[in-house]
Amino acid sequence: MKYLTEFRNSDQAKRLAAEIERTVTRPWSIMEVCGGQTHSIIRNGIDQILPSSIELIHGPGCPVCVTPLQMIDQALEIAARPEVIFCSFGDMLRVPGSKEDLFKIKGAGGDVRIVYSPLDALKIAKANPDREVVFFAIGFETTAPANAMAIRLAKGQGLKNFSALVSHVLVPPAIEAIMRSPTNRVQGFLAAGHVCCVMGFHQYHALADRFHVPIVVTGFEPLDLLEGIRRTVLQLEGGEAFVENAFPRVVTEQGNQVAQKTINEVFELTDRGWRGIGVIPGSGWKLSQAYSEFDAADRFGVSHVRTCESSECRAGDVLQGVIKPNQCDAFGKTCTPRNPLGATMVSSEGACAAYYNFGRFVTLERV
Amino acid sequence: MSIADRREPEPVTIDVSQIACPTPLRDYPHIVMGHGGGGRLSAELVENLFLPAFANESLQALGDSTPLLLPGNRIAVSTDSFVVQPLFFPGGSIGELAVNGTINDLAMSGARPLYLTAGFILEEGLPMEQLLRIVHNMAKAARDAGVSIIAGDTKVVERGHGDGCYINTTGIGMLPLDRKINIQQAEPGDAILVSGTIGDHGMAVMSVREGLEFESTIESDTASLADLVELMLEVCPMIKVLRDPTRGGLATSLHEIASASKCGIRLEESRIPVAPPVQSACEFFGLDPMLVANEGKLIAVVPSEWAARLLDAMQSHPLARRTAIIGRVVEDPYCHVVARTSLGANRIVPIPIGQQLPRIC
Repeated sequence: MKYLTEFRNSDQAKRLAAEIERTVTRPWSIMEVCGGQTHSIIRNGIDQILPSSIELIHGPGCPVCVTPLQMIDQALEIAARPEVIFCSFGDMLRVPGSKEDLFKIKGAGGDVRIVYSPLDALKIAKANPDREVVFFAIGFETTAPANAMAIRLAKGQGLKNFSALVSHVLVPPAIEAIMRSPTNRVQGFLAAGHVCCVMGFHQYHALADRFHVPIVVTGFEPLDLLEGIRRTVLQLEGGEAFVENAFPRVVTEQGNQVAQKTINEVFELTDRGWRGIGVIPGSGWKLSQAYSEFDAADRFGVSHVRTCESSECRAGDVLQGVIKPNQCDAFGKTCTPRNPLGATMVSSEGACAAYYNFGRFVTLERV
Repeated sequence: MSIADRREPEPVTIDVSQIACPTPLRDYPHIVMGHGGGGRLSAELVENLFLPAFANESLQALGDSTPLLLPGNRIAVSTDSFVVQPLFFPGGSIGELAVNGTINDLAMSGARPLYLTAGFILEEGLPMEQLLRIVHNMAKAARDAGVSIIAGDTKVVERGHGDGCYINTTGIGMLPLDRKINIQQAEPGDAILVSGTIGDHGMAVMSVREGLEFESTIESDTASLADLVELMLEVCPMIKVLRDPTRGGLATSLHEIASASKCGIRLEESRIPVAPPVQSACEFFGLDPMLVANEGKLIAVVPSEWAARLLDAMQSHPLARRTAIIGRVVEDPYCHVVARTSLGANRIVPIPIGQQLPRIC
């Protein structure tokens, strides 16, 4: 526990914030890529202790939020089948599809279970040989190794009643898409520490060079985040743009190569739709040819399910940093965590939910 | 931390000396449908298991109802049902919860708990040994709190129609006329105290349910708070609100107080006591300890001039050693609960919708 409290020291946090304040000479917009970082920023109030000239833009790094509506609808169709045990990470259950969510499917008799690890889904498959067990394999590079490992084990053990609905997404293509967007306002990135822990950060050098944008690998605790911001600001003020590692206790340049090997064996690159953003080329992983027999979308014939998203929801603009959540007309009115229009209002890592839950619709003078 | 296989409750030796005629129960190592059929098996369960455990005269009479003589002229009644899974967890079982939970609901209105009734819904196949342990845990919790279990009922449902054992308890307590504790009475300026570390019960149950093992075991805080409340009211009759933050945790109870009293609440996050293993487990699951259940803690709202005296008194009680003043009541037409983070920033404490969901990463 000490390992965490050390990185939450309020005196040091205030010192870092003061140092950032001394460094800044003009406004800067910095995007934290990962939803876990957004959650920590809002929960600890890190944005409140930064100088007002630093704007944090909450990026598309919440895997729950960016999973395309079409994929959710496919999941709902599979989960409703009587022969299926549908296993998912907890916060996917409340993500709205076009008509319902997994909670409602569960309430109507579907066998939907929360798991903490894909290996738990594998155990359930072994314990229920007469049922079809489907795991909803979503997430960024962070969850990919465990998901890949579960599918590899299933093949190794000859498990015929296990399959995965895969919707993995990747960070570097998303950064590229944001930088190419004509409405882009991001001037520096805090790269997601956990993603880099798996993949390393060597692939970010090209992005930093091409778009002349600082990319700082950053952790999740208050001091980690402030240090990441401090280094980004230093680069911006100095007119520099390179990749820095501000999370060296976890991340190395090459990342976890054993994990990468497993990922490369089980998955292959694909174009992936991002909820609210659209298709980004080469931004996802799907099952590789060698593992295609474990593809739940094929097994249950749901690939044909195609759906469109709510026109009222501006999650895409939020995820790209074009608007703040509370600048959306639906925010707090037709769209609340209880009745979310878009996924960014569902997950506690989602920018809209973080804004709503932690009161970013109230002016702080009033509290 | 490591992931371990789901553990079965540790086997215990049944104390047969406490059972009047153990042979009939030994013949049935598991609950069968007949135990709820109203015939001989039902009678054996009552005579050999419930009566010896809950030993008291009212129950012994085996009447269709129990006449009671109640002191004073105001009584308080509360009922609660218990469906916790697993039935046994570090620090307790469904048995203690069923007794302490209802006692605490009475105590939070200032009532002195006197009697409990107990209704059991048992699933066919429940090991008799587990039922014995549950009933003995109930009996001990009731004895410790000075409460008698004076009426009961048992039904058996078919295998697959229940999670082993459900218990409903109804409590009756005496409520002295001069006690006026009420959730609507918090006023700007009042101090808010919590009687110790939060989130212990919820994380104890969760760590067993999810098969996760932490370096140190997290134990449920299940306890009767009636004695603590008596002490508190003796020292500070001015207590305005008492609330036990069970399901939904501290945050939910504070929201209930704020909206019932039409005021706001401001917390100092760093003053809220959280045990380090609970904090770690919450980090691991991506949960907020303020939203995790407690079964042996209370929140008290008192005029600020009484806070220090009440704090001292509570800290002298074994169940409330880590009592802390965590915040204050303020005027706020929006009834917000706002926490000041350790960085000195403000954040609104959210009300959870349904259950808390573990975050993906």
